[in-house]
Amino acid sequence: MALILLFLYIPIFVLIVFSFNVTKSRSVFSGFTFDWYIKLFHNKLIMTSLLNTIIVAVAASVLATVLGTAAAIGINKMKKLPKTLVMQGTNIPIVNPEIVMGVSLMLLFVFFAARMNFELGFVTLIIAHITFDVPYVILNIMPRFRQMNPHLYEAAQDLGCSPISAFFKVILPEILPGIISGFLMAFTFSLDDFVVSYFTIGATSQTLPITIYSMTRRKVSPEINALSTIIFVVVVTVLVIKNIAERRNSVKRGVR
Amino acid sequence: MKKLLSAPYLLWMAVFIIVPLGMVAYFAFTTETGAFTLDNLAAVSQYSNIFIRSIWLAAIATIICLIIAYPLALILAKIDKSYQSTVLMIVMLPMWMNFLLRTYAWMTLLGNNGLINNFLSLFGIGPFEMLNTQGAVVLGMVYNYLPYMILPLYTVMAKIDKSVIEAAQDLGCNGAKTLFKVTVPLSMPGILSGITMVFVPAISTFIISRMLGGGSNLLIGDLIEMQFLGNSYNPNLGAAISLVLMVIILLIMTILNQFDQDEDRVLM
Repeated sequence: MALILLFLYIPIFVLIVFSFNVTKSRSVFSGFTFDWYIKLFHNKLIMTSLLNTIIVAVAASVLATVLGTAAAIGINKMKKLPKTLVMQGTNIPIVNPEIVMGVSLMLLFVFFAARMNFELGFVTLIIAHITFDVPYVILNIMPRFRQMNPHLYEAAQDLGCSPISAFFKVILPEILPGIISGFLMAFTFSLDDFVVSYFTIGATSQTLPITIYSMTRRKVSPEINALSTIIFVVVVTVLVIKNIAERRNSVKRGVR
Repeated sequence: MKKLLSAPYLLWMAVFIIVPLGMVAYFAFTTETGAFTLDNLAAVSQYSNIFIRSIWLAAIATIICLIIAYPLALILAKIDKSYQSTVLMIVMLPMWMNFLLRTYAWMTLLGNNGLINNFLSLFGIGPFEMLNTQGAVVLGMVYNYLPYMILPLYTVMAKIDKSVIEAAQDLGCNGAKTLFKVTVPLSMPGILSGITMVFVPAISTFIISRMLGGGSNLLIGDLIEMQFLGNSYNPNLGAAISLVLMVIILLIMTILNQFDQDEDRVLM
């Protein structure tokens, strides 16, 4: 167990340590400095890439959540055969290798770009991200329907709710946790995606993973180490707080 | 009425999943000018050594992941409930670091002047040629995809009814027999989805092989990437290779699913 954790954390430890290195060397530690953290915020390429990444991830995950939530509600009402078929189709982007998905979307975009006179860029990138995000949203929501009592919705209507207000008062609160976890999953996948982006982004725009990739072809600047250290620290802090909060809650309720 | 809500998604799926896959198939069977041909598919056979290498390395990586992750998931499912989420979080945390950077960190660790060789030279051992080998590629795959194996295994094992295991022990099974007769069959859905989730990205990667395998250990992913964005631009051949890759994965998954008696698969 300890060995596995060591294996998982060694590269991360290396990345963090070398973000404080005085020189650009990646194997010799020659002195401690915060310089890279300051330079990071003046590095235009890294900052625009970071901004692009966030814009794409927010846009794609929000749209995917809307599309996916509507889809899940519709799929839930389908009969057994079409439901199975649609769910099989939903699994395609998950099971299919990322590179095939990237390549197939690239073929589509290039085909239409040549005929309709547009270039691969932000829009194609967001479309591609939505496409691989939606299935995760749907798969997070569907189990919620299975757990829900189907008569509640009817009961609400019998008690005088209109179908729409019954939806907002009964169904939405039930599936909301699924929507939220689906959204978060989609968001993180978008933030971190490289392969599909690589094929669909075109030549003009860059996201952070793309910038990092082109850097690894030459030399990675320690500023990137600094940036990933910051991201890592933020994530750890959020998760630790969440964990402590959950533990407090379960202590309050009395652990079952 | 409500069924209509899924219409935008169905349209989206048709345009951005089904049509592109159809285009892959179309490109695979046509020449540059659009005439029907089988040449692209025939040309794929030239690369059979790369296909065999990819399947082989991905299979080794998958097996190593299974061997490491299975006991880990067992321990994880057994420890006190209140600690489980914390330990799981510690296991998943490295995934939050960009995977290109983590793989790049392995380059600095494994290189000839890298940290491991520097460390070993203190004792007068080495340097060992570790980077740009098949071993390094497998290591990269195991490192990057191990959490994908741990997660489904843990999910399934946490659901196994403890009393079934106790019953097996009461009926005279020893530890090993309980493991192989009860725990392993019950965790089969987790094993299968773990295998899929590691094998598919491993066989189709092009980052890991490029960064850790040097130029000499090309995988299917590299081959595809080269046809679309690399030096040897040929989308028709690239589409044919992608098609063959999909068929291979489909075949392997069909074979794997024969082991799964359970109807409802656990995904993630």
